[in-house]
Amino acid sequence: MPYSVSIISGKGGTGKTTVSVSLYRMLTRHRDVHVHLADCDVEEPNDLLFFPEFKTVKGEQVNKLVPVIDKDNCTYCRKCAEYCEFNAIVVIPPAEYASVNNDLCHACGACLEACEFNAITEHPEPIGTVNFIAGRNGVGITEGRLKIGSTMQTMMIRETKKRITEDHDIIILDAPPGTSCPVVETVAGTDFVIIVAEPTPFGLHDMMRIVELLEEIGIPFGVVINKAGMGDRKIYGYIGQKKIKTISEIPYDRNFAAAIARGRPEEGISIEIEEQLEKIAEDVLGRYNLSKG
Amino acid sequence: MKTIITSAGNKLSSQFELRFGRAEWFCLYDEESGKTSFHENMHIDDGHGAGPKAAEKAYELGAAKVISGDFGPKAKDILTQMDIQMVIVDNDNQTVKDIINMIK
Repeated sequence: MPYSVSIISGKGGTGKTTVSVSLYRMLTRHRDVHVHLADCDVEEPNDLLFFPEFKTVKGEQVNKLVPVIDKDNCTYCRKCAEYCEFNAIVVIPPAEYASVNNDLCHACGACLEACEFNAITEHPEPIGTVNFIAGRNGVGITEGRLKIGSTMQTMMIRETKKRITEDHDIIILDAPPGTSCPVVETVAGTDFVIIVAEPTPFGLHDMMRIVELLEEIGIPFGVVINKAGMGDRKIYGYIGQKKIKTISEIPYDRNFAAAIARGRPEEGISIEIEEQLEKIAEDVLGRYNLSKG
Repeated sequence: MKTIITSAGNKLSSQFELRFGRAEWFCLYDEESGKTSFHENMHIDDGHGAGPKAAEKAYELGAAKVISGDFGPKAKDILTQMDIQMVIVDNDNQTVKDIINMIK
């Protein structure tokens, strides 16, 4: 099993992708470890933007199975509509009306269990694509890309993770923002989590929520403070009080931000930032070596 | 003909509610008898699909017309298929009674 590290943040825009992409770039320099990047921010995957030289090798469509009601067998008993947690099924007996709203359907299969008359069958409906992207020297990216308008983020992440091949030493998972199901799905089963936090009131608030979540799931974690120097010092108090390991502190640097906006972060890396990014890579390598025993 | 008017409460003096699927009450008004009855929206707190459920309720109650502030696409779809007329009144500074007086 490869060693896996999730990069999460709670608040959006704190630098998950910056840290993921930088960590990936640093680790690819180590010839003895094979590293792979998984973009699990399926609603807006953007890791690939930082690797214009990489090529998409294959795209695999991911489907959800949505129910279709066969009106010849349907008795309009409404049991399926009552089973449906997502109000995706509307059955109006006097009108002999029964229909499924695919946008609301979460493909849980409860209606199939409910139906006693064999009136429900499942049909595949695309929710997105998993793209397999290759760089040089055999490194690559697995990217989950949700179809616009689909509400199946969590399933898309699960299906993306399933398709990551096992022939790597370290896998970096770039998570979506937030603290809800898609984030839980991303970190599930991973060995370590890096929280990217910024020292602002919002950054602290969302970090506290994500720490609560990780404590409940029980995955070890450390924090990378990004944009250090902006905002206030309150986040340091919280980190100290909770005895959370600070892996590195990336200073706020306008040049670096501008270079990231251009899609070429390496053009804006100062020596100080380079050192802080290296600390993250060393920390992950250390944990990977420990995991090998 | 029966008409449903979305309402914030269960009295004729209650405020007319602009939201269809998220209205707290549905007032059913029967033009022939002039009688009204109030029906609670059981799906007001559902995460999704409150609109279609309200449309379903409108059909069950035998309404031929619904009056609300607006209708979402999913509710609209079902109301159209059930041949229930949708009427938009874009002013919530009225009571249910005011709306009834408008259509009387």
